[in-house]
Order: sequence, then structure tokens, then C-alpha cells
Amino acid sequence: MSVQIQSAIRAGVDPHLSPASVDPEADLMLLHFGPQHPSTHGVFRMDLLLDGEVIVKATPYVGYLHRSVEKLCEKLTYTQVTPIVDKNDYVSPMTNEQALNMGFEKLLGVEVPRRARWMRTIFAELQRIASHLLWLGTFTLDLGGALGGGTTLFMHAFREREGILDLFEAVTGARFHYNTHTIGGNRHDIPAGWDVQVKATLATIEARIPEYEAMSVDNSIFIARTRGVGVLDGALALELGITGPNLRASGVDHDLRRDAPYGAYDELVVRPCVASGGDCLARAKVRVAEMRESIRLVREGLAGLPEGPICGYKPVRQPTQVKVTTAGQVYVAIETPRGELGTFVIGGGDPPTTPHRLKIRPPSLHALSAIPYILPGHNVSDAVAILGSLDPIMGEVDR
Amino acid sequence: MSALVHGAVYGAVIVTVLLTIVALSIWFERKLAGRMQSRLGPTLVGPVGLLQPIADVVKLLQKEDIVPAEADRRLFNLAPILAVFASLAAAAVVPFSPSTIAADLDVGVVYIIAMGGLTVIPTFAAGWASNNKFALLGGMRAIAQSVSYGVPLVLATLVPILLAGTMSVSGIVTWQSHHHWIAVWPIIPGLPAFFVFFLALLAESNRIPFDIPEAESELVAGVTTEYTGAKFTLFYMGEYVHTLVGSAVAAALFFGGWDGPFAPGLVWMVAKTLGLFVCVYWVRWSLLRFRADQLMELCWKRLTPLAVGLVLLAAAWVQFGPGGAR
Repeated sequence: MSVQIQSAIRAGVDPHLSPASVDPEADLMLLHFGPQHPSTHGVFRMDLLLDGEVIVKATPYVGYLHRSVEKLCEKLTYTQVTPIVDKNDYVSPMTNEQALNMGFEKLLGVEVPRRARWMRTIFAELQRIASHLLWLGTFTLDLGGALGGGTTLFMHAFREREGILDLFEAVTGARFHYNTHTIGGNRHDIPAGWDVQVKATLATIEARIPEYEAMSVDNSIFIARTRGVGVLDGALALELGITGPNLRASGVDHDLRRDAPYGAYDELVVRPCVASGGDCLARAKVRVAEMRESIRLVREGLAGLPEGPICGYKPVRQPTQVKVTTAGQVYVAIETPRGELGTFVIGGGDPPTTPHRLKIRPPSLHALSAIPYILPGHNVSDAVAILGSLDPIMGEVDR
Repeated sequence: MSALVHGAVYGAVIVTVLLTIVALSIWFERKLAGRMQSRLGPTLVGPVGLLQPIADVVKLLQKEDIVPAEADRRLFNLAPILAVFASLAAAAVVPFSPSTIAADLDVGVVYIIAMGGLTVIPTFAAGWASNNKFALLGGMRAIAQSVSYGVPLVLATLVPILLAGTMSVSGIVTWQSHHHWIAVWPIIPGLPAFFVFFLALLAESNRIPFDIPEAESELVAGVTTEYTGAKFTLFYMGEYVHTLVGSAVAAALFFGGWDGPFAPGLVWMVAKTLGLFVCVYWVRWSLLRFRADQLMELCWKRLTPLAVGLVLLAAAWVQFGPGGAR
């Protein structure tokens, strides 16, 4: 099947996208699923053609949360951009900042001190745990409803996530708009005693992961709802540019932290969590396994955290200090909780303190592009499960 | 005439008491759910939040009453009233003590099942009359679910009927107080029959893991999507009444109803009913939701054959068991 789909995509006739593939004579119902719907994770819209309750064709529509972030970035100076992108992937602001500033650093040719790189790595892994916890909560909410067992796991997952937000608050003073990454390193150094706090939080989360597993990936109703649902073929996933846990759940061993190391990943051993199957259950298992892996990485990062300066660039007192006159272009990608988050920057804007063009490559947008391929044949309940398992964040899809 | 007066008085008393219990049970459910989710639940309205359900109802009644322009207005308005009526009507034959019963019908069990089955009609009527696609899907699911789960429900009630040799609910309870609780002895088929009944009850009253007609994460709010204010309250109440009456029926059929030592019969009946009621909440706040086709599979491939086997076992027990043929 995947080979046919691939050749069809290359030939420009996509059997899943062309309207001719649906029988006009059939008695089908068009259901506008979203943008105002409890389970579309924000404002995502799908037009579902239903035969009874079985989906015949699914067309995704994005753009309801477009905030023109990329254009805004062209109007702001390099140092002013960071807090704007916090809201792109609003479940993991840390990695947004990191990807953006790594792009600027490459453009400017700034070296990041070793301590800052390790700190960024610790923050990113903590953020990964927080993000996957939130995903687990919202995914069971999709499966179990706002008035049922789903909420119970949701509340517990949020309780643990609070612990991680407290850690970030201790460092940056903010729970969401951290604005802690800057060109050349970090703004806020780790306060005294922070590592003890981190270890305590991690110990709590690690002890409770088995509880969450018992309520989710080991629960028979959860398995019945997810096994064999929304099978995403590895080749198709690669063709669509899907990355992150969604790709690894389809059996493709790809993780930028290991394959293109940045931050401290060249010194730490990253073991990507891969599963075969490509269904919702595999995606769930990969994310739960990644929480454990991230806990290990944070602990190793804390143990090996070097001393030294936290910023390699001269302190920026005025936003207009950073000037890039050459129109060089760079692309930097990191592995966020959702996959490859890329930043493409062309320098030399007008004035030269602003980027000429800034393009963000969000992993969620690519994940959503699988919708027309994996939804047909499933019913409406499965549509919710599949959408939730892809973990799309509309903030970064639409930007 | 005296039967009519008796029925009217008991009817009024039972409806009042039931609705009060429903209001309190909503508070209790919210407290229980809160504790299960490591939070407190309602605390602000009244002592330990006890008046929260009243605040909820007052709020709901103040909401604007919206009828969609394209809705079938008459059916749309009738559905919530029917929903409460069908749920409450089943309570008529439930004996809360040897003397507290509104109408002691000879075919009480059949009447209960008929009234329970009737609740699907307002549900589907609401789904159809709303002229909303999500509501329609919910109504469609409700029909399929109710029709399917009616079968194991009836088969499971056949076990106490066979063992006690009567279709009157108070007759079954009296038999249990003279012999033994059906869920306890004969343990097979008694206890499995109770579990089949309980699961079918969860499905009939649209409770998680079987709440697919509502399924708010898939169908927004299912059949109640277009309902607001007082009409929504009626649906909400109907669901709770259905669960409560169902728990009472289960307590009467399988756990000896008013039968118990030391305390008066009414206390035992209410305690058993509330115990089962809490189990419904416990399940509700722990489990995820099944998919519609998995629900059908569970019903037709597992529960129905199991229930048929249990009925045969019960018949064999009556014929060849220690008690011998009647």
C-alpha cells in the first residue's frame, strides 16, 4: 500500500486527496469536525465524509490559529524574537526558544559555552517530560471523556507537570514565558539547591509512571481503543516528513539528538525509543518510554553539569546591538517532544538588527498531514484517538 | 380507589425522596471524583459544599432556553420530559421496605425492564429532533446500544425470576429473605448474573465505559448537544435517576433488598442501593470509554452467551438442585 501511495504522491495524483475517489451517489454525511470541538486540540478542523459512522474521506484544514509569528519576527530585533516563539508550541516553550536561538547563533557564528549547552539540554529534557505528561493526560481525555476515567489521569498528569513548571519557575521566574535562552547562551543561571529540587521531582514522577501505565498503555480498554488504530506506515511517514515519536512508533530509528547532536547530546548517550506497529498504541508506548529516557538524561546532565560562564556573547543591553548585515542563510533543527523543529533564518533584514526572513518548520504540521491517509476506514471514535495520538499543537501548526 | 390514593401518595413520596437522593448523590459523586483525582471537589457552597447541587440547578435553570431554528420543536421539547418520566416510572415497583412500595405488580420485573427500555426513545427523539449531526450520531448509537444491552439485561433478570419463581419484585425479595441472597447462593449463576446485570445497567444508563451516546470527546455532547437550561437539567437528572433506580433494582433482585439484620428494612435497602450506586461512580471515574463496535462485540459475543448459559444453569438448579423441583 505504501509503495502505491508514494508513487501516487510523486505522480501528483493522490488517491486519498482527490475528490474523485469518493462515490458521489453514495449516501454520505459531511461532518464538520472542529474547529470548535472538544477533541481537536485547539482549533483544528477536519471535514469528514461519513458512511454511517465510518470515515470515507477526511480533509484537514489548518490556519484557525494563525498569528503571523514569522512576519512578526521580521519586525523585531534578534533579541526580541525569543519570547514570541514561546507561544508557538505552547506545550514546550523551552524547545521553541532553543531552536530559534540556535539558528541565530549559527547565523552570527557565536560559540555557546559548555555550561549553557548542558543547561539547555537539561531544560529540554525536563520540558520533554512535561510535554509528554500533558499529552498523556489529554490523550486519555480524548479516549475517556471529560466526565470519566480520562479526567482522572489528566488531573494526575497535570499534577506532575506542575512540579516541572515549578522547576522552571525557580530558574527563570516564569512558568510559561521563560525567555531564558538568548543569543550565545542563557540568561538565568541555575539557583543553588536546584539540583536537589529536580531530583526530588524526578523521583516522584518516576515512581508514578507505573501508575499511569496501569491506567493507560496496560489498561485493556485503552489497548482495545488504540491497537491497530491509525496505522502509519514508516515509509509513508518519511514521505510526509513526519518526525519525532510518531516516526519512531512506525519503526524508523531516527532521533536528531543522536543523529545530529546539538547541545550536550554529543557527550550524553541518547537511546531513541523505537516501536513497531505504527498504531496509536505504539505512539503512546514510545512517549511513555521517552519520559523514562528523559528522566535518565536529566539525571546524567545534572551529574555532569560543568562550571563556567552561561553566555558566550557579549551582554546585550540594547536590543539593537545585534546586527547582521550579511544575507547569509542557516537552517538549524532540534528534536522537540513532537519531532524536528527547524529554524530557517536569512540575515540582513532592514534594519540589519532584524532577520530578513524567518521560517519555522513545525513537526505538528507534518504529523497532521497524515490525517487523510490514516483516517479513512475508521469511525468517528477512532478519529479522535488518532488525532490525539499524533500529538498536534495547533499553536505551532499555524504559528 | 384506595389503591389509587396509595399509589399517588407513595409515588409522590418516592419521587421526592429519589430526587433528593439524586441531588445529594451529585454532590457525593463530585466529592468522590475529586478525591480520586487528588483534588477536593466542591467546598464553597454550604458546609463541605453540600449545597453545590442546588447552586448547579439554580444556575442551569437560569440559562437561556435555546431551540435550534431547524429543530422539530414539539419533539425537542417533549424528549427531556419523557426521559425523566421513563426513569422515574421504573421506581414504582421497587420495594424499599416490605410496606414501602408504590405498586406491587405481579409482573414487576417485566415492567422495570419495559420502563428502562423506554428511556432510549426520548434519547433518540432528542438526537433526531435537534437536527444536529453530532446529536443524530449519538441517537443512532443510543438505539443500537439500548437494543443490544436489553438482551443480556432481560436474561440476567431471568436468573432471580427462575430461582424465586415469581416475577414480582417484592416476591423475589421476600423469597430471598426466607432463603438466601441470589448473588450469594447459588453463587453460580447468582453472582455472574449480577455482574451481567450491572454491566447492562451501565450501558442502559449511558455510564462510562458505555457512555457512547453522549461521548463528549467525540460527539461534543451527543444527543444533548443542542439542549440548554432546564431541558438539559432534565436529561441530566433522568440519567442519574435511571442509574439510581437501576441500582435499587439490582439490590432488590440480587442482594436481598430490604433483607438484613439489626436495622429496619428501609435502611438496608437504601444502603445497598447507594453501595451499588457508588460502584457505578467508581467505575465511571476510573475507566476509559469503549468504541461503539467494541460495545456491540462485548454484548453479543460475551455477555449474551454468558447470560443464556446462566439462565440454563438457573433452570437446572431449580429442577435438579438441593431444593429439588418445585
